[in-house]
Amino acid sequence: MAGSLPLVPTQAKPQRSTTRNESSWVKWSLIGLAALVLIWMIVLPLIVVLTESLKKGWEVYVAAIVDPDALSALRLTLLVAVITVPLNTIFGVAAAWAITKFKFKGKQLLITLIDLPFAVSPVIGGLIYVLVYGEHGWFGPWLSDQDIQIIFALPGIVLATLFITFPFVARELIPLMEEQGQHEEEAAVTLGAKGWTVFWRITLPNIKWGLLYGVILCNARAMGEFGAVSVVSGHVRGETNTLPLHVEILYNEYQFSASFAVASLLLILALVTLILKGWFTRKSVH
Amino acid sequence: MKKSLKMGMVLSLVLALTVVTAACGKKDEAASTSTNDKKDVELLNVSYDPTRELYQNYNKAFAAYWLKEKGQKVTIKQSHGGSGKQSRAVIDGQKADVVTLALGYDIDAIQEKGLIDKDWQKKFDKNSAPYTSTIVFLVRKGNPKQIKDWDDLIKGDTQVITPNPKTSGGARWNYLAAWGYALSKNNNDQAKAQEFVKQLYKHVPVLDTGARGSTTTFVERGIGDVLIAWENEALLSVKELGPDKVDIVYPSESILAEPPVAVVDKNVDKKGTREVAEAYLKYLYSEEGQTIAAENFYRPTLESVKTKFKDSFKDLKLFTIDEFGGWQKAQKEHFSDGGIFDQIYVPSK
Amino acid sequence: MKTMASKRGILPGFGLTMGFSVLYLSLVVLIPLSALLLNSTGLTWGKFIDVATNARVLASFKVSFLTAAAAGLIDAVLGLLLAWVLVRYDFPGKNVFDAMIDLPFALPTAVAGISLTAIYAQNGWIGSLLDPLGIKVAFTPLGITMALMFIGIPFVVRTVQPVLQDLEADVEEAAATLGSGRVRTFLVIILPQLLPALLTGFALAFSRGIGEYGSVVFISGNMPMKTEIAPLLIMSKLEQFDYAGATAVALLLLLISFLLLLIINTLQHRFRKTAR
Repeated sequence: MAGSLPLVPTQAKPQRSTTRNESSWVKWSLIGLAALVLIWMIVLPLIVVLTESLKKGWEVYVAAIVDPDALSALRLTLLVAVITVPLNTIFGVAAAWAITKFKFKGKQLLITLIDLPFAVSPVIGGLIYVLVYGEHGWFGPWLSDQDIQIIFALPGIVLATLFITFPFVARELIPLMEEQGQHEEEAAVTLGAKGWTVFWRITLPNIKWGLLYGVILCNARAMGEFGAVSVVSGHVRGETNTLPLHVEILYNEYQFSASFAVASLLLILALVTLILKGWFTRKSVH
Repeated sequence: MKKSLKMGMVLSLVLALTVVTAACGKKDEAASTSTNDKKDVELLNVSYDPTRELYQNYNKAFAAYWLKEKGQKVTIKQSHGGSGKQSRAVIDGQKADVVTLALGYDIDAIQEKGLIDKDWQKKFDKNSAPYTSTIVFLVRKGNPKQIKDWDDLIKGDTQVITPNPKTSGGARWNYLAAWGYALSKNNNDQAKAQEFVKQLYKHVPVLDTGARGSTTTFVERGIGDVLIAWENEALLSVKELGPDKVDIVYPSESILAEPPVAVVDKNVDKKGTREVAEAYLKYLYSEEGQTIAAENFYRPTLESVKTKFKDSFKDLKLFTIDEFGGWQKAQKEHFSDGGIFDQIYVPSK
Repeated sequence: MKTMASKRGILPGFGLTMGFSVLYLSLVVLIPLSALLLNSTGLTWGKFIDVATNARVLASFKVSFLTAAAAGLIDAVLGLLLAWVLVRYDFPGKNVFDAMIDLPFALPTAVAGISLTAIYAQNGWIGSLLDPLGIKVAFTPLGITMALMFIGIPFVVRTVQPVLQDLEADVEEAAATLGSGRVRTFLVIILPQLLPALLTGFALAFSRGIGEYGSVVFISGNMPMKTEIAPLLIMSKLEQFDYAGATAVALLLLLISFLLLLIINTLQHRFRKTAR
């Protein structure tokens, strides 16, 4: 079976032949089943968020969102995402390249280390930065002398978010690039292409879907992270509150509708990234 | 090979620098607002969860007072969270000017790290607790289970909602209130008190991590017959969540909860905000401060305000934390790992 | 440099990508994590063993690992279904369908926990239907599993999806022309190729589930010995300023997760080798 795999994947989209399709009743029952799963697992909680947020009417909803504290939380959340996502994307591509295109000892160990932030409880993800940069941490006294605030300020939130979203892009790309192998790139290099050219011309087009998914996941998680950020944020209103923290504050103030309204704002942000993805997709088709 | 390794390192360094630059940018911004001493001043009050409404109102009142007195504009930033977590944040470098927490134990912890002077509890009147509260019951409308006192909580299939004392400072007051009641009822018999508290927690189906989580479980999810809560929280939730849903029941005896306040000496000296920070806490004892506290359902300590709000706060027999030998001792005996609270759940070996 | 390169293959960029990856990994993950190891003032072996053998800690580990494993497995099955339908079929509303998958990431975990509790509590939409049947979801291990399933499902879908998309049609078609049925083709040809991705998805959902705190605390009820999860124990130890105890639990959790991940990653590597 292994020998029959073609060395160079076909560039064109695979033709939909009848042999690859199930009979239509299988197809539709699978779709129906999937839709049920989706509704049960994902749509239902979202409906709760939306109905709760609109329980007290549109005015409360709009008021919650245009509240200056909510807007400043939104700004902070976007800023954090703008810093963390590109950093982790660069890392993800580099790590996936190193891991899938070369043979070296300890590869599984390296992959596992990259996975590690998933396995670390978000609470610990925040705590470790407190241990390093906090007042009593390794660099704490020095930072304090320089009057640099890392924990309970923007850098701390960025670091915690970097940690939490660290594996996404790499993890998305590694199985994909492993599946694709390195024959195309090798062929190109044998024909005299330079490293960067190979990457831009061959690898990137091949991995663009995986990359896009990775970036979207990374971004969504960066904006939605609560646990780790909660540890390193000072919870000061209008200053170090991200949107998820603001949601918690409102909820704890018994402002349930307002709290869910802000949560729905996060959902809208996620939808915006997904629309962007759709736009990219259409662009790349042309 | 070597060259490219180097390049990788340089890239990483650039990234690290980005983060640090962001840090510096942040610092400059903070400096420009806080060092202009005579013009504007900024205070950070690190507090626990249920004081949000109180300080929202009080901060406005104090800012007006300070502007009138000293002609200086003061902005007060608030940070709220679990009492223990907030205390840890200050220890780890949150630059709080004042802390207003749920229990003395959490301020002691900051003091131990040298951020607060040793005799902080003597700095302000009444053990540095400008307002107090107590522990009461919240029951379903009409009190269908006829809950009148602590003993009723462990009868039959009554379900009690209270947060986890291990994660919630407020919940420790709940626990101690039950313990103190059982002590005084059983002539200071520790074993009987322990048995009572053990029974009580057997009636708890859900241990939320914080006081407000418990309130939501009780009111919104409809779980449990009675919620043990701070009086101020109970009064607030009746107001916020609907007087048609729940009633307040006062037990025969309860604990005097004293949430203390303190100036974080090391931080105010560094920032040069000592004067205004001390005035901020002192003003809590004034007529206006006390009235705001009372309006937000905290028991005032000033006599004149006390008489004014006589009808809002029912008189009942109250004991204090001294009954347990202070917070350090109570914490060690009851809530530390392997302490009495843990023994309720883990079968002793 | 030449000899080095030829040993690894002819592709360039090993030093650059490897150097950068390892350095970045160290800066963001390894050095801070080692702080956990080294900075645990007062954590002695005795204390560590004490914590590790504590009945309550063990019970919480059992809860965490069992619920996370159950959630991961269910997610793997359901995620495969969702990914399959998304890649292979065209149907109205597919874009919306696709977009929905990521939303569990975007929703703050606390909001997810609150919403799920609202649905599955005794007076909730589904909870009130299940309650007469004697099934309780909220405040039981079942509830924790539900929350973890919600948190983990995008991991599986998003790791399987790209691989499924890139799967070569030829082999499948060949199998079909040779008279192999659809189900057989799926089991013998497609599934083995998807297995690595599926395993990755499971591993990610599983390990994420072990550490999850925000959503679980709302729905679990946090009863010691029954529905108390390991991350909650870390929190409660921190709340008492017991950094040593907290690090002990955290380290233990980290160690077990790390070993599990390593095993799964190695397994996955084997699968791939045999599949080729």
